Amino acid sequence: MKRAIDITVLPEIPENIRTAVLEVTTRLKAMPGALLPVLHGVQGALGYVPADAVPLIARELNLSRADVHGVVSFYHFFRQQPAGRHLIYLCRAESCQAMGAVTLEKHIRGRLAIDFHQTTADGAYTLEPVYCLGNCACSPAMMIDGDLKGRMTPERFDAWLDAEAT
Amino acid sequence: MSVTVYVPIDASALSLGAEAVAKAIATEATRRGCDVRIVRNGSRGMYWLEPLVEVETADGRVAYGPVQAADVPSLFDADFLHAGQHALALGPTESIPYLKRQQRLTFARVGIVDPRSLDDYRAHGGYRGLAKALRMGCIDIVQAVLDAGLRGRGGAAFPAGIKWKTCLDAPAEQKYIVCNADEGDSGTFSDRMIMEGDPFVLIEGMTIAGLAVAATRGYIYLRVEYPHAQRALLAAIAAAEAAGFLGDSVCGSGKAFHLEVRMAGGAYICGEETSLLESLEGKRGQVRFKPPLPAIEGLFGKPTVINNVVTLASVPIILDQGAGYYRDYGTGKSRGTLPIQLAGNLKRTGLVELAFGATLRELIDDFGGGTASGRPLRAVQVGGPLGAYIPPSRLDTPIDYEAFAAIGGMLGHGGVVVFDDTVDMAAQARYAMEFCAIESCGKCTPCRIGSTRGVEVIDRMLAGSANERERNEVLLRDLCQTMIDGSLCALGGMAPFPVLSALDHFHEDFAGAADQAAH
Repeated sequence: MKRAIDITVLPEIPENIRTAVLEVTTRLKAMPGALLPVLHGVQGALGYVPADAVPLIARELNLSRADVHGVVSFYHFFRQQPAGRHLIYLCRAESCQAMGAVTLEKHIRGRLAIDFHQTTADGAYTLEPVYCLGNCACSPAMMIDGDLKGRMTPERFDAWLDAEAT
Repeated sequence: MSVTVYVPIDASALSLGAEAVAKAIATEATRRGCDVRIVRNGSRGMYWLEPLVEVETADGRVAYGPVQAADVPSLFDADFLHAGQHALALGPTESIPYLKRQQRLTFARVGIVDPRSLDDYRAHGGYRGLAKALRMGCIDIVQAVLDAGLRGRGGAAFPAGIKWKTCLDAPAEQKYIVCNADEGDSGTFSDRMIMEGDPFVLIEGMTIAGLAVAATRGYIYLRVEYPHAQRALLAAIAAAEAAGFLGDSVCGSGKAFHLEVRMAGGAYICGEETSLLESLEGKRGQVRFKPPLPAIEGLFGKPTVINNVVTLASVPIILDQGAGYYRDYGTGKSRGTLPIQLAGNLKRTGLVELAFGATLRELIDDFGGGTASGRPLRAVQVGGPLGAYIPPSRLDTPIDYEAFAAIGGMLGHGGVVVFDDTVDMAAQARYAMEFCAIESCGKCTPCRIGSTRGVEVIDRMLAGSANERERNEVLLRDLCQTMIDGSLCALGGMAPFPVLSALDHFHEDFAGAADQAAH
């Protein structure tokens, strides 16, 4: 029977994505349950997991494309689009709420003029919600580019933003 | 002679500027020609004092805090290297009442040792539990954990020894030890503190678990929000491997134990043990039906012991000091100690390890010092986002698994989050449903759909008149019961707890905008 699509043939993939994915899969595919480590590797290399990378990851790990897409889309941490130059994770969980996170959230969304999961028009900042950074004793907390910050206030956020802008 | 100065490398201390303090001390010491050795320890868990700088003196360690980089020159001026007086001086660290009143077993070394130093770990009693375990048979190790009365500290509070026994009795050529380090509950950070402040105790606990059930491979499933803990664990695992405490022959015993850290993907549900196993296998983190229990058919279909960080980190002291020593702390069926985490609106937030039995009021007033805002306390959420909101009238409940169950709450992972009287409890109830909707794995209907409908019903309650509010409250309570009875796991099954407790104890907050306009 003739198949409508030959799934063994990979679609065209930009060279930088192909190189990055193969570097990661060659290194990690022998691990048991390798998909999450592979996705971390790809996102580490490219900043996100491009849709273009999915068929190649699937082939290398002997999974279906649907399996890979299903996993990428299930986990909050994996991005399907590139982030802005600065990635801001703002904690929305209860301990931070008890210490003013809701006010801080409103301030930051207003200041950057974006909602959660969005990137500012100039590509500088992406805002993501996070449900606990484990910094509950120093609430409210946020993480900017991997840098954990405690006892944040709208004023401290503005000071950081002004320092970054200059 | 060089003076040893401790500056924490704990993530929370870093979030308050500890890195800049460490650099400033190094720079200032060089400038003044002082011979200073800086050790980056974990945190003592007194976060209102972080960054907490300690100086080693002939009479023990003395503390200064909270120290900012700008304070460093004045600390040198005050001769803090020789315990000099300064506005930030706190005296001998161990005499600070918050610390002095604790009963630290699992956290005995956290904040004291250099988490990267295997020698420091061993000098403070580390690996004595493993040495004893290596001389015991599997069943004797399991029996020690059973006799100690250790229950899972991750939330469900299932007896650890019974899990281990089930796994030991399951015949298989390969077994696994999995550490659940997906500490996702708001208000909890004890796992993080262990991994950053004393990672070897977790490694030792997992190695002992491996010996107990004949598992040769372990995984630490670590949440992606904890990059600092990842670095600490990787360094400690490398050091333990190099010294022969991990590998093909643990301490030359001929018994293998290998350990790997796997990063999670930022899904709360993966803190549930079967979802976690799915995730470790490289799949979507969806809940599995039980049975089979993971102890019989777990990771990659093999018998697996899966325990939380603090549970596994409590094992070395049980082996070292004996089951009776650990069991004699605690009360009723809650034995040993619980590291309680004080968070939210409190003056003195931090980690308090105590034998079970202290009351919530003692923790909040005596340790926590009341609210940070100075306003009256209104509600306390214990046990994370799925825990009930407790009103001030119930603060005399003792920290004890059964006592909390009796008031419709749960201790969970020991997180205590305090709210003052500015809290809107209807908003908190709505948030609990919204959180469940965002984090549901989607496998079962009551959780997946019920949580979304729950948000809608609460919105209608708040928007409607008194009549509509009553009708929607009946609907909301019915929906909550369906979620409790019909969900596959605790996410859907417990998300109603904060909602129902808010309705029961803080009903006045649900008066909608329409009612308020009418008054």
